[in-house]
Amino acid sequence: MAYSDKVVDHYENPRNVGTLDKSSTEVGTGLVGAPECGDVMRLQIRVNPETNVIEDAKFKTFGCGSAIASSSLATEWVKGKTISEALAITNTDIVKELALPPVKIHCSVLAEDAIRAAIGDWKKKNNVAETEGAAVAAH
Amino acid sequence: MSNEMSNNGVVVTESATPLPEGVHLPIYMDNHATTPMDPRVLEVMLPYFGTKFGNAASRNHAFGWEAEQAVEKAREQVAKLIGATAKEIIFTSGATESNNLAIKGIAEMYRERGNHIITQATEHKAVLDTCKKLEKQGYRVTYLQPQPDGLISLKELEEAMVTEGPDKTILVTIMYANNEIGVIQPIAEIGKLCHAKGILFHTDAVQAVGKIPVDVQKDNIDVLSLTAHKIYGPKGVGALYVRRRNPRVQISEQINGGGHERGMRSGTLNVPGIVGLGAAAEICMNEMEAEGKREAELRDYLKAKLEAALDYVQVNGTMEHHLPGNLNMSFVYVEGESLLMGINDIAVSSGSACTSATLEPSYVLKALGLGDEVAHSSIRFGLGRFNNKAEVDYVSDKLIDVVLKLRELSPLYEMVKEGIDLTKIEWAAH
Repeated sequence: MAYSDKVVDHYENPRNVGTLDKSSTEVGTGLVGAPECGDVMRLQIRVNPETNVIEDAKFKTFGCGSAIASSSLATEWVKGKTISEALAITNTDIVKELALPPVKIHCSVLAEDAIRAAIGDWKKKNNVAETEGAAVAAH
Repeated sequence: MSNEMSNNGVVVTESATPLPEGVHLPIYMDNHATTPMDPRVLEVMLPYFGTKFGNAASRNHAFGWEAEQAVEKAREQVAKLIGATAKEIIFTSGATESNNLAIKGIAEMYRERGNHIITQATEHKAVLDTCKKLEKQGYRVTYLQPQPDGLISLKELEEAMVTEGPDKTILVTIMYANNEIGVIQPIAEIGKLCHAKGILFHTDAVQAVGKIPVDVQKDNIDVLSLTAHKIYGPKGVGALYVRRRNPRVQISEQINGGGHERGMRSGTLNVPGIVGLGAAAEICMNEMEAEGKREAELRDYLKAKLEAALDYVQVNGTMEHHLPGNLNMSFVYVEGESLLMGINDIAVSSGSACTSATLEPSYVLKALGLGDEVAHSSIRFGLGRFNNKAEVDYVSDKLIDVVLKLRELSPLYEMVKEGIDLTKIEWAAH
């Protein structure tokens, strides 16, 4: 299968690979997928408690090139965004940006899930209502 | 300076450092899928595309005689490679047809004798799908599960055999060597068991013929499928060995029209292809021993290098009964397709198929009891006649680099290194 240039670029030079301190209250961690499905993504965000802006994001992914590229792109996109803005990112945005073929759409879905899971974890730690930002996410 | 060339949509980046002698990119190391044609085979075939164009069934003129003579020579060459006689060789369009003809042909011919067929879960789809079709027609099929080393249990095979009643077993079909994991089944013992119970024994020997000694007499084989393109011959031509004595096997033809090939396979013979198959068989006959030794050495060298440099690697299938050119290895915590992406100037196969919604990995590896995540991490190397040590060095060095890089990216590898038990995590299957 031919990969798009953008997928190849993220695969060759993945952005924001790494690990944030899981125990910090400023950090939200999303771990999605399953090893037996061939895809596991871990996406972490560090949120500024004053501004609710995601100041840092890191990922690690076990999966195909498209899964790696989707999660790498997701970290790039959430950085600098507020929680509400980050929740507005959808898998179709990722599909478009990376020119993913239909068989790889599940990779983008997983990346969206990872963003939501990381934000959910952060909200839980900081007692922020689950619904906050949901109005934006519903689009 | 880097020079990019586009190869069928795959971008192959040639590095600035000159390649070692003997290495030309891309490297082909997928010889279980198909083999390149041996130039010696091509040379023998060429006249049969040109001036020697006759129909082997034309009995009345020199063009036909010439073609017939060439076909009969090839029949001898193929027979000799497997210890058969020329009259026992039926030419077909390839192993898929051979397997269909053997299994359906026997099932139909011996329907009154019984209704039961035994095979195994790790067969090629050409056998499995044929058996499934027969099940729809009312036959009963037993699919034996392999042991964790990939070999079938003779005890389980014997227990599955039915010798009385309407469900009597008429056919056992077990492949000689597996196309993914390279394990060689105990063929002679299976054949012996079948003969003791009056059951016919067919083997799909596509990966074994020409690579290791195969002898239909010593191995107690009644019917055997082989193909040219796995032994450095052309695609689109294969053969079926059908035993003529002790016992004489009868096969119900699946293609009608003209009664070619002793009535078992009608259709004008593919003379250039058959000539190529014959030539390929003869080269294997002469060179198999030395070639097998050389390939096994290269394979063991590749395996040793990878095992020395990487943790969490495992070999799939027993190495004790193994094809010389095969190595199937799992690089655990790295997904196979991403691994192949990193070595896109090397042609190998992955046990992972991340191309569908179900993300089903190799059914052969799963049958061995491998977890899906390990199956997703597997690579099949198929070394062949034209691979050399410099290529093995290139492949192993590059693969090690990519595995290390992807493990830096792998959350699973990080978790395991931290001592987390991955089986204790509640994964959300998607």
